[in-house]
Amino acid sequence: MSLVTEKPVPVTDAINPPVAQSRFHKDGPLLKRLPLLPALVFMIIVTQVPFVLTLIISFFNWNSLYPNDVYFSWFSNYVAVFVNPDLRNAMLVTVQITVVVVLVSLLLGLGIALLLDRKFWGRGAVRTLLIAPFLIVPVAAALVWKHALYNPSYGLFNGILTWIWGLFGAGSQAPQPDWISQFPLHSVELELIWQWTPFMMLILLAGLQGRPLDVIEAAKMDGASEWQIFRYLTFPHLRQYLELAALLGSIYVVQTFDSVFTLTSGSLGTANLPFTIYQQFTLGHDYGGSSASGVVVVFLSIALATFALRTVSTLLKDESK
Amino acid sequence: MTAILPRTLIGTSTPEKRTRVRNRKAWLGVLAWVIALVAFAPIAWMILTSFHSETTAATNPPSLFAPWTFEGWASFFGAETGVSPLPYFINSAVTSLGSTLIVLILATPAAYALSIRPVKKWSDVMFFFLTTKMLPMVAGLLPIYLIAKQLGLLDTTTILILVYTSMNIPIAVWMMRSFLQEIPAEILEAAEIDGAGFFFKFVKIIIPLASPGLAATALICFIFSWNELLFANALTSVSAATAPVFLTSFITSRGLFLAKVCAASFAVSLPVLIAGFAAQDKLVQGLSLGSVK
Repeated sequence: MSLVTEKPVPVTDAINPPVAQSRFHKDGPLLKRLPLLPALVFMIIVTQVPFVLTLIISFFNWNSLYPNDVYFSWFSNYVAVFVNPDLRNAMLVTVQITVVVVLVSLLLGLGIALLLDRKFWGRGAVRTLLIAPFLIVPVAAALVWKHALYNPSYGLFNGILTWIWGLFGAGSQAPQPDWISQFPLHSVELELIWQWTPFMMLILLAGLQGRPLDVIEAAKMDGASEWQIFRYLTFPHLRQYLELAALLGSIYVVQTFDSVFTLTSGSLGTANLPFTIYQQFTLGHDYGGSSASGVVVVFLSIALATFALRTVSTLLKDESK
Repeated sequence: MTAILPRTLIGTSTPEKRTRVRNRKAWLGVLAWVIALVAFAPIAWMILTSFHSETTAATNPPSLFAPWTFEGWASFFGAETGVSPLPYFINSAVTSLGSTLIVLILATPAAYALSIRPVKKWSDVMFFFLTTKMLPMVAGLLPIYLIAKQLGLLDTTTILILVYTSMNIPIAVWMMRSFLQEIPAEILEAAEIDGAGFFFKFVKIIIPLASPGLAATALICFIFSWNELLFANALTSVSAATAPVFLTSFITSRGLFLAKVCAASFAVSLPVLIAGFAAQDKLVQGLSLGSVK
């Protein structure tokens, strides 16, 4: 291919005489870029074109049931997004689900990671068992929770309550709550926490195992208590992993669709933004409105993503040091 | 509490203290086991229930030791209705494997251009890939639906393969980059001195050295594609519906169908469980987009 040489890298420059340069860096600028282009072009087309389309559609009054009544409507769809109580509610629900699920699974994940960080009999088996909830297809997990665990008449939760009360000879008086109807949002959250705790646990465990053990050993020698070691050595080291786990978790949990769709079908005040947009589009046929909601979600995610990017970029910088 | 004392003095502890520490350690191991068993209980319950008859599956209190039967599984395979779940699984396999293959073909060279011989502004390109992952998929649902409709791709595996490919390329690029970075530069330089061209270097040196990472990336892309429901549900109806779409038919409960639901849920999850355990050691690296090793 092209014989144009790149600027020699300083290190090799020092080692190799200048004559060797032309053989050493055979990849010219075009050849260097070529392997990147297919993926980059594909991603630009597949992600940016739909977004531009969403942006355009969001300024139109367009309901697919009235194909002859499509016109430019300025910001009316956006006004609707912020005035419509359903959508405002959906935003609040999205924030609540994300915050609760991420915080609780992060704390549980931290506790479990600390437990798994020590040697005990069957540690590998325990780790495998703990990862399993994350490896159940989300719809399948939600189905099992809905029918086999939460069901008021034959679900496992109420079955266990009957069994415990039965031990005291009062099986018929056991409380039998209808979990999903009585605690709709908590039901969704609990199922999500069950699925996401392994994710947090894995990231934090990797962080724990990357601790500088010699420093901790030295602190132990100096008589530092376990709490002191955790507070002043483990926690500061773990901080960036906690941030990363929380941010990546938020990015995934904000997009939750399967659990809401399966457990409650968005009823009882559990409809989050992804579910609401889906519903606006499939049931309401409101193309303009669902596009405007989509654009709003994109901007909310950009705010979230900016934080995430900052965390990831510090990790990337650490790596290149 | 001071570092002045000789190490031997601090290092020795009384026998009672040592037993106490050992007892507490044993107790923490037991606690870990209890948590693991509680976390795994819903899955164990799902598997157990799938082997119970519909009547013993739906009892309160639960009948743990009811005799095993394959009724639920037979019903899942369409014993009564004659509707086989197989086409859904085939569609899932085609879309997941197809998109994973395309992702690897596109992402591996891209990761090469971003790590081993980095192009100018490589970090900007990395962040472009990352931002596409952070934008909610649902915002692209309507335009992709309209484009698919225009191109006659609704209810085809092709459109799902395209969507899943775009969903996984950022993950694969980030993951593959972190794996390629582990290849020692000396090996490539030695090959270059011997006059190896790009293609030779790529096929004969990089691919073999990166194959464990390549396999882990493939497994994770496979899992994400297999799991996806939102787009599969909105873009397909009959002929291209995937296994998760098949599961949505069980959302509203009807009669005694618990064993069948559990059998179906377990069957759909089985490929992901296998892929996940196969990729267990690299799972974190994939989920954290290569930033945690």
